[in-house]
Amino acid sequence: MTLLPCTSSVPMPGVREMSIASRRRFQLAVLLGPVSAFLAVFFLGPLAIMVVTSLLAPGLYGGVEWTFYPHNFGRILGFADPMFEEFDPIYIAIFLRSVEIAALTVLATLLVCYPAAFCIARLSERWKNFCLFLITLPFFTSLIVRLFVWVLILRQTGLVNEMLLSTGLIERPLDLIYTRGAIILGMTYVFIPFMFMPVYASVEKLDWTLVRASLDLGAGPLRTFWRIILPLTAPGIAGGAVIVFIPALGNFVVPAVLGGAKVMMFGNLIEQQFLAARNWPFGAALAMMVMTVMLIMMIAHVVLSGRRSAAAALAR
Amino acid sequence: MQNSIVRLVEASKAFTTPEGGIVTALDSIDLDVRRNEFLTLLGPSGCGKTTLLQAISGFVELDGGSILIDGEDITDRPPYRRPVNTVFQNYALFPHMTVGENVAYSLEVAGVAKPARREKVSAALKMVGLEGMEGRRPRQLSGGQQQRVALARAIIARPKLLLLDEPLSALDKNLRQAMQIELKTLQNELGISFIFVTHDQQEALTMSDRVAVLSGGRIQQLDTPRAIYDHPVNTFVATFIGASNLFEGTLDGDRLMTADGMAIRHQPCDKKISTKATALIRPEQFFLAEENAPFPTIDVDLDQIVFVGSTFELFGRTAEGRKVIAEVPANRRNLVGTVERTRKARLAYDPAAVHLIGANAGGA
Repeated sequence: MTLLPCTSSVPMPGVREMSIASRRRFQLAVLLGPVSAFLAVFFLGPLAIMVVTSLLAPGLYGGVEWTFYPHNFGRILGFADPMFEEFDPIYIAIFLRSVEIAALTVLATLLVCYPAAFCIARLSERWKNFCLFLITLPFFTSLIVRLFVWVLILRQTGLVNEMLLSTGLIERPLDLIYTRGAIILGMTYVFIPFMFMPVYASVEKLDWTLVRASLDLGAGPLRTFWRIILPLTAPGIAGGAVIVFIPALGNFVVPAVLGGAKVMMFGNLIEQQFLAARNWPFGAALAMMVMTVMLIMMIAHVVLSGRRSAAAALAR
Repeated sequence: MQNSIVRLVEASKAFTTPEGGIVTALDSIDLDVRRNEFLTLLGPSGCGKTTLLQAISGFVELDGGSILIDGEDITDRPPYRRPVNTVFQNYALFPHMTVGENVAYSLEVAGVAKPARREKVSAALKMVGLEGMEGRRPRQLSGGQQQRVALARAIIARPKLLLLDEPLSALDKNLRQAMQIELKTLQNELGISFIFVTHDQQEALTMSDRVAVLSGGRIQQLDTPRAIYDHPVNTFVATFIGASNLFEGTLDGDRLMTADGMAIRHQPCDKKISTKATALIRPEQFFLAEENAPFPTIDVDLDQIVFVGSTFELFGRTAEGRKVIAEVPANRRNLVGTVERTRKARLAYDPAAVHLIGANAGGA
């Protein structure tokens, strides 16, 4: 608990003589204390366990052997333990496929949410709140139940196929479920609220007189969109992309239900290692890989946007 | 036709309120704006002045009538195809661009090459007194500076007409007065017509070549500031511009008799107006009468005397209970001191300074 430097500033009889600076520090410690403690116990702790586990040998019947064993990472990256396991590029392939699906999910949710945000932002206050309520409504039922509804819609004897068959547009049912498309559809469905909220927040506070000013200065609708509307709503889009991409990359429920055995994502792989193969260290190593890649992306994002605001500050 | 830069012909616009009512914003308005003219649209809020401005810039579609700019019918053109630029009330500067990029925007859109753009931007910024500010961000500037950037941005492409939508309303009083003079100077230098919207009569009188007083979607009067102040066509214009004392009554030779028995002398007018009329006496036309002065007078009991610097404002009440306001130059302190003690004043006026408004002239 070194996060709490409060031992030096506990209120003592001499509290009145405490300088403003140290009183400030004391207040900060008190206010930040609970959240620091929470994060340390429930975030840093498990993370440390994962890091350690990923570097241990798998036990014969699950669990771990307490010996240093870097070959978990080797299996993924190309330096496998020559005795028991071998390097298989399939893990990197699955990872890249997951990145692709997550990226397509981001794109699909954005295509749905961005226009919708503009429509809803223009409604009256009452309708606005009603629409926002509708968007959060799915959270009130179980994700699994909602995904199985998609199974009913998409399967061979499902709603879509039945309708297409009865209209005579197709002769035999289409393979809709257990495809990559089904996963992207399901993920889009699940993550729409996550994209919508940040996008809506930035669209709603868009100053329409700026759009008017652009039109007034001779820019047509398309140019006004690229030069004014898009840059001013970009923070919301970036925020939405991050909070959709990260959980989408690790998601294993949607591919498990809608992807069947045919399409596996990285999340399913990790889940399998922990629950089915009972190779915890390898599962932990896979998880560490995802985390590292995401961390690099986040740092790049922060550095880039930080440089932009630093440039703005320099312009003063 | 040659002399007119903008012509509105029977421009009409009505809005539906959320409650289902219909508000007439523009009631078949005809208007000619001359070349190189500073025209002000003046009126209370909701009079249609902003709608009129937006109809010219293209953000409001007319229900009927047409708009011609420089002889060309632009009624159905979108805002980005009109040779008109606007200075918005809240400046509407693009926050994600520098001052230079903001000012260059219309040139960039028009495809002007970068070096020429840079040259014009620095010339435009120099014109509004912001030399070398190209690299700043709008939020780093004060309100007055932002106002100037908005102005530079709107004039850089040399529109045929500049529209200004209450651009000074967010500035404090001193800056506002300075900007009024600067705007007028700028308009002379540029040689383009300005249409300026305001609800501030002071501003309208200071800057304009002509003022259009609007109310209820109609132009009540369109004339020079002096003519509007001295010879309002109806009681609405008379009360909206400046302070006024109005006496309604019946004309009888060289006097006007009010219903409650007051007689207001006036110069017999050559043109015959109605028998019913309203006499207007501006507060500054009253003076404190010395003994035996050869002028008609009104006796009042004083309610209040307010010192406003260059003048005293006297708020009085006649024996009939009618409220009268008079303005006395502050160099008449002695006289004001006297009436302050007695709380009674004899207000004299020159019959030649009384303006008569015919009853059929309407009003709003």
